[in-house]
Amino acid sequence: MQEIIENLSRTIREAAAAKRSLCIRGGGTKDFYGNAIHGDKLDTAGYRGIIAYEPTELVITARAGTPLVEIEAALREKGQMLAFEPPHFGPAATLGGCIAAGLSGPRRAYAGAARDFVLGVRLIDGKGGDLRFGGQVMKNVAGYDVSRLVTGSLGTLGLLTEVSLKVLPVPASETTLHLKRTEAEAVAAMNEWAGKPLPITATAFRDGDLGVRLSGAGSAVEAAANKLGGTVVDPAQAGRFWAGIREQTDPFFAGDAPLWRLSVKPTTPPLGLSGTQLIEWSGALRWLISGADTKSIRDAASRAGGHATLFRGADKSVGAFQPLAPALMKLHRNLKRTFDPAGIFNPGRLYPDL
Amino acid sequence: MSAVVEQVPVDLARQREVAAALHAFLPASAVLFDHEDVKPYECDGLSAYRQVPMVVAMPETEQQVCRILRTCHEMRVPVVARGAGTGLSGGALPLGNGVLLSLSRFMRILELDPRSRTARVQPGVRNLAISDAAAPHGLYYAPDPSSQLACSIGGNVAENSGGVHCLKYGLTVHNILALRVVTIEGETVEIGSQALDAAGFDLLALMTGSEGLLGVVTEVTVKLLPKPEHAQVVMAAFDDVEKAGNAVANVIAAGIIPSGMEMMDQAATRAVEDFVHAGYRTDVASILLCESDGTKEEVADEIRRVQAVMEKSGAVTTQVSRDDAERLRFWAGRKAAFPAVGSISPDYYCMDGTIPRKQLGPVLRAITEMEKKHGLRCANVFHAGDGNLHPLILYDANQPDELSRTEAFGAEILELCLKMGGTITGEHGVGVEKINQMCLQFRTAELETFHGIKRAFDEHELLNPGKAVPTLHRCAEFGRMHVHAGQQKFPDLPRF
Repeated sequence: MQEIIENLSRTIREAAAAKRSLCIRGGGTKDFYGNAIHGDKLDTAGYRGIIAYEPTELVITARAGTPLVEIEAALREKGQMLAFEPPHFGPAATLGGCIAAGLSGPRRAYAGAARDFVLGVRLIDGKGGDLRFGGQVMKNVAGYDVSRLVTGSLGTLGLLTEVSLKVLPVPASETTLHLKRTEAEAVAAMNEWAGKPLPITATAFRDGDLGVRLSGAGSAVEAAANKLGGTVVDPAQAGRFWAGIREQTDPFFAGDAPLWRLSVKPTTPPLGLSGTQLIEWSGALRWLISGADTKSIRDAASRAGGHATLFRGADKSVGAFQPLAPALMKLHRNLKRTFDPAGIFNPGRLYPDL
Repeated sequence: MSAVVEQVPVDLARQREVAAALHAFLPASAVLFDHEDVKPYECDGLSAYRQVPMVVAMPETEQQVCRILRTCHEMRVPVVARGAGTGLSGGALPLGNGVLLSLSRFMRILELDPRSRTARVQPGVRNLAISDAAAPHGLYYAPDPSSQLACSIGGNVAENSGGVHCLKYGLTVHNILALRVVTIEGETVEIGSQALDAAGFDLLALMTGSEGLLGVVTEVTVKLLPKPEHAQVVMAAFDDVEKAGNAVANVIAAGIIPSGMEMMDQAATRAVEDFVHAGYRTDVASILLCESDGTKEEVADEIRRVQAVMEKSGAVTTQVSRDDAERLRFWAGRKAAFPAVGSISPDYYCMDGTIPRKQLGPVLRAITEMEKKHGLRCANVFHAGDGNLHPLILYDANQPDELSRTEAFGAEILELCLKMGGTITGEHGVGVEKINQMCLQFRTAELETFHGIKRAFDEHELLNPGKAVPTLHRCAEFGRMHVHAGQQKFPDLPRF
């Protein structure tokens, strides 16, 4: 396995010397995400396998090319899970891609995001250096938090080779409720509930229908279900529903129209943008299928204290991600130069000049 | 100690020059340089290291912070930011040729929005003051370092502070949404957002725990959580520390994430019991506190399961808190562990390593051996849920050579934590204290990356220089000393 690291490292050094761009790729399930990809493919799929998994330590360490399904199966066997519910977007999804994309599923607003569960990484930087940051323990403040910095950086800072994650037990019990609400009522209700000690682990609102998932000890789930009201959804159907939201296989996501991801302050009232909408994360995440112009969407997200990403769309010429303020962009450029001085990793995928 | 920090005499001409430049836009009361005025700032919570700052600046507005930093940048004067000064690793230790930037006047809670469960606060606001302000809405700020009465949120961000509830509720990095930061060039940057994530790199995570080396925080937006309806604690006593360690693993294996899980060894419980009478058994090797929170039904359920696991793991006795007063009394002992140890020894030195939990037994056994070797006693308190160990080494600074023996003892504990797959600091930060051990935890290329990150924010390395990340030169020196000591002094000692 060390040989694979050395080969990857050599490839990177040669590419840096020749200023040749590399496109880091695991299972290729998230090629659609971010701006257009350039460069020679640098495949991580060969560097795979779980290195260490100790259920009582709540930590798993695996190589970046390990299929996400393999990791989730190992965890399930011990009654544990990746609590951020990462979307796979295809059976080939790898751990490296999951962390590089930094995306999280329905549980994110209640349990935390991918970055919240990353404890440590091993990566190869743009000079070919084989580096380790963070570790395999819950609390670690030695050195800057590079592990979380690279999470969600879309491979622009380095090639992830190994990742350690905190894992959590699968809740003992789960119930999904269905309630009828208007958009304004749903946003208000989700925020009100989030301020109460209720075991909510997912919410989704679309077109008058509000789904709420409760997870935890049986007694707590039952008590909360009685408090919230609504009708209990058949467990199998509920499982399919949440998987459909997480994997974007739900009919809402079908079609080729541009899909926007608006991450906003959760109490934001209805955005009033044209198109169809699905709300998650107690109001903090709003998926919008819309042909509205980029400026009006991004302005609406800014006004709501957040940002808008063109998540899926044929034409990404407007930039997949919300532009950054100049002072912030300068810091991004400086960091990019530190990790990848020759600018070879996934150039342009996050921002044109990164 | 002198190997770590060299005292620098203040250059009076330079002092006049810098103070005059700051006086141009700050009132006289906000620029201190007389010896008796700046003396109170000579150390933070790690009082073993002291240095009088050249100048202390006490701004009241963000605009003043910008101008101070711009001025210092132009004059190439190093700057150390300081909150409440409760840090335990010397992160706010001043520089004799630098400005100490006190943020103690940034005391306002700017906004508290119970609907979105957030509070926007200035960096000098005390940790507990946030929870107090949120309490009428049934909300609180989760990270609760033991110094929460005094420590400020700006310092919590700089150190990524934890507390006794972080296994379930996370560290500072998990509980903040946004920062306003002033760079050394005097520019204001907004990091994070009011949403759950932000575009671009995760600079919020990078800033958290950066020990004041990347920027000066002028505003923090924190998340507030709903206060759990109910909480109860199981207190279990063990006649063997290893059994207690296994009990911790067994709780996790049972699929339980307690809201707090704390262990104390006999030396700690004896000190605590004499100090606050928390009702701890002092005739056992260790006691374990395990808290469950949530709805009444959930807690009752979980407490029953925890108690069963403890008994199965060999607890001599288990006791469940009958009411909130008793629960708080159980916790009072743990929370008073540091001052209690302070009451039985003229001085103590608090270490802060993290280890994989399963290594607890071997590590505690090794520490017992080290007590004999260094001729010093050590009490251990342990955030058992997340593997964060706080050995408290008892010493007397007035005895010749006790501090240096204490430092050697402490260094050996940290190195053991590393060998066990852990880290040299779980929550107190590197500061000046653990700067040498950074050379053991990280290799040259990794340290170079850290220096690169530093320069990405602060090209001339003016913000808190000399802290958190050692120079390669220092590591080369330390490496030589280190190997030398290992070869010369204790050639026959087994290495863990």
